Amino acid sequence: MTPDLYLVLAAILFTIGLVGFLIRRNALILFMSTELMLNAANLVLVSASWVHGVLDGQVAAFFVMVVAAAEVVIGLSIIVTIFRARRSTSVDNESLLKG
Amino acid sequence: MTGLLLLVSTGQTVAFWICAVLAVIAAVGVIASSRPIYSALCLAVVMVSLAALYASLQAEFLFAVQIIVYTGAVLMLFLFVIMMVGVTTHETLVETLRGHRVPALVAGGCLVVLLALATGNVVTSDPAGLDTVQEEGYIQALAQLIFQRYVIPFEATAALLITAAVAAMVLAHPKRLAPKPDQTTRLRERLAAYAATGAHPGPAPASGVTARHNSMATPALLPDGTVAEASVTPTLVSRVGLRTPEELTGPMQSAVKALEGGPSVILSTPSASPSAPSVILSEAKDLSADQDDSAPTTAVETPEPEPDLDAGYTPPPDPDAEKGGAK
Repeated sequence: MTPDLYLVLAAILFTIGLVGFLIRRNALILFMSTELMLNAANLVLVSASWVHGVLDGQVAAFFVMVVAAAEVVIGLSIIVTIFRARRSTSVDNESLLKG
Repeated sequence: MTGLLLLVSTGQTVAFWICAVLAVIAAVGVIASSRPIYSALCLAVVMVSLAALYASLQAEFLFAVQIIVYTGAVLMLFLFVIMMVGVTTHETLVETLRGHRVPALVAGGCLVVLLALATGNVVTSDPAGLDTVQEEGYIQALAQLIFQRYVIPFEATAALLITAAVAAMVLAHPKRLAPKPDQTTRLRERLAAYAATGAHPGPAPASGVTARHNSMATPALLPDGTVAEASVTPTLVSRVGLRTPEELTGPMQSAVKALEGGPSVILSTPSASPSAPSVILSEAKDLSADQDDSAPTTAVETPEPEPDLDAGYTPPPDPDAEKGGAK
């Protein structure tokens, strides 16, 4: 089992998340794409920890998960606040803020 | 020993290919499905596949954390918010920036080729594995790392989580954009709507209870046999649609037919058979039609009901108005 395959899988998942972030306009799906990219990075960290035989990569992935959870809480509450004011979750509507 | 190593390696390979294919398919589903709820469910599949990959990479702690934190907490949060804001919103799949989708896909393809070529040559040595760490005590080693070497970042994440919780509470409890409507304003709005469009000023009809259905999604039937659309919430209508009267009374009518062994007279629609019971039904229909028509016609032709109702209803004294009058 070569570790390169894990890196290639992580690259594919990261790219899918990035493309989703670029082509979708729903703020919720943009957030899910971000989660996809964070998970791809976590996969790289865990596989690097396995390749090198030390646990530091796993600890880093654990911290990434904690930060992602906090980020989701804040982001979703911002989405709910914007939805209350504008009745929409499309990120294109925020371009009206520039006047 | 080599046989055991081969077995472990084979198991890992099988796990990798199953989970990798699942994860990539579900990840494409996340960004390609038109409704956010399907995206969230696809994301759950990605998370669980990644958790299985972590387990095959000897990261049992992260396997559990991935399932508990991501599939348990984060995705439930996503589902809560989707249920609050996203169920009835359909994203228009028309691209607002014209022609930005193709360049985005091309850029994504270039990026995946670049990353795959770059990472394909990074790891040259065989993986060391975590067997020695596992033998010394995996959880103990992890705890030593988190609580000794990385204790400062660990405390920082604690502060981050507290801040996030407080910020979420502050954001979820904003100032009202408009004053809270009290009973008087609601009543005035209803009567104004009645005067303008003839909308019924009373409460909306309750959902229907028939012989076979008593759910909230069952519409009430008007006396003429049609469906009262106001008796079902718009959210349910947008998700499951309105049931038709034939759908509601069909099984009962067929049962009655089977019992009587002939065409049913009592429960047929008024226009079906001109027998005595249906005359009663059609009278009921006329009555209901009169009742239904009375509100709009009086509102349109003679505007008396609205001032009458206002005269009959004396609003409670408005303290602000009294102050203004005193000044």
